[in-house]
Amino acid sequence: MSGRAERSAGRWASRAVQLSFLIALLVLWYGLTTWGHVSPILLPNPLAVLHELIQVITTGEFVGDLLTTLSELAAAFTISMVLGTIIGYLISRSPYLIEVFEPLLAGIYSIPIILFLPLYSLLFGLGEPSKIALGATISFFPIVLNTIAGFGHVDRIFIISARSMGASNYQLFRRVLVPAALPIILTGLRMGFTLALLAILGSEVLASLAGLGHRIAELDEKMDRAHMFAYITFAVVIAAFLNTVVSWLEAKGKR
Amino acid sequence: MAHAPAVDDTRDLTGAAGRQGVGAFLRARPWLARLGVIVVLFAVWEIAARFFVDKMFLAPPSLVYMRLYAVFATAGVPAALRITFFELTVAFLISVAIGLSVGLAVGLSRFTHRSFMPIILLLYGTPQITILPLFVLYFGIGPASKIAFGVSHGMFPIIVTVIAGVQNIKPILLTSAKSMGASRWQIFRWVIFPHMVPSFFTGMRLAMSAVLLGVLLAELYGSSVGIGYFTTLFTQSFDPTRLLGLVSVLAAMAIALNELARRAEMRFSRWRSA
Repeated sequence: MSGRAERSAGRWASRAVQLSFLIALLVLWYGLTTWGHVSPILLPNPLAVLHELIQVITTGEFVGDLLTTLSELAAAFTISMVLGTIIGYLISRSPYLIEVFEPLLAGIYSIPIILFLPLYSLLFGLGEPSKIALGATISFFPIVLNTIAGFGHVDRIFIISARSMGASNYQLFRRVLVPAALPIILTGLRMGFTLALLAILGSEVLASLAGLGHRIAELDEKMDRAHMFAYITFAVVIAAFLNTVVSWLEAKGKR
Repeated sequence: MAHAPAVDDTRDLTGAAGRQGVGAFLRARPWLARLGVIVVLFAVWEIAARFFVDKMFLAPPSLVYMRLYAVFATAGVPAALRITFFELTVAFLISVAIGLSVGLAVGLSRFTHRSFMPIILLLYGTPQITILPLFVLYFGIGPASKIAFGVSHGMFPIIVTVIAGVQNIKPILLTSAKSMGASRWQIFRWVIFPHMVPSFFTGMRLAMSAVLLGVLLAELYGSSVGIGYFTTLFTQSFDPTRLLGLVSVLAAMAIALNELARRAEMRFSRWRSA
């Protein structure tokens, strides 16, 4: 009984520490910008940022940028999901092909592919196609590798017993291979989604014409800092929301 | 649709030759087939660049290789590569120092772990690329902002893996060490530390690729002296030959550094599996 009370006290203390950490940060930010003579060009006042954020949301000026980013993300992820799962499945059908292709794909995966952004800009221009292509390239690798891992390492005994009980090709695929591989594939899809989002936001910040990342970089160049902070907050919340949804879908699909 | 795990699927690969001998030869040597795939990919690139894509936008690999010397002969490129390498090294070292100290501070006590772990995971989960302009704002366009951005990417994997390594020790080991009269320092030195080493090296491997990502992102965003300046220059002057050459050199550097971290991880995690 006392152990539980102690544990709950400890949990409250942790919450208190987290809350006071957050409050201290905000107070420090407010204090520095209000009385600390910190230039608003370097660090805008949190109230000004909040004001801008409300402006951005109520006037709906974010809609165009958000739609650009989301449509790029949807296109990139669809491409990498379709290609990644199909190619991964085909490779996983033979241990030999796995041995040939898996180290190759894993090797390319270890290179920071963002390096090729200048090439993508040259080939696909500064608009949406280069973002979609880069996002699709970067997210392809975790998806294909996890699909290979998922389908390639299904326990042989399941396949043999399904076969001996007279399962057709389709039944084997639908009832044995997919259920066994799905958790690993879903993890790959989640990683791919996160990477695609990062790649698209990143390439928008680095070189682009539209999108959330582009707006942040543009406001930075205009030195409109409070507005920029508002957009950063907005983008971070959107990213956190998307990642939470995807993690939730992953957990739901694994059950 | 052949969904069955047919063992004979490999014959598709060697079907062109149609002879059992070649098939068996290749089947016994997957690395040769792997090499073949790489050669085919380069051939496709070569043909595409020579006959199908405008020379302003893509260069064939043979030309990139032949003109690699031109990349290094460009005034400032060797210095820029040195600066980028310097940024990577410093960012990695700072990441390790911060990651190890924060990881130990948070991981060694249950209270700090419960209090700060959610904050760390929250920060780790935010897309740092959105705040890249702030790093340039506060640290300038020189190496300092690249190092800082690299550290912001590199420290989190180490923090998280060090915490995991410290937390995953079997309680029985700590209890038995304590019951044999070990001091706090002895417990740390002889129980916690050896258990932390493998996950610490895993963290260092992850941090290496994260630092590469962070530093290169910051370089590409805007650079006055580093390689980012030259990638922009070669892109804007439509010089794909030198751009590809420079990117290949950087990719080779990234592969080498990642491989180094991977080898170190394998070497220092060996005691556990043995």
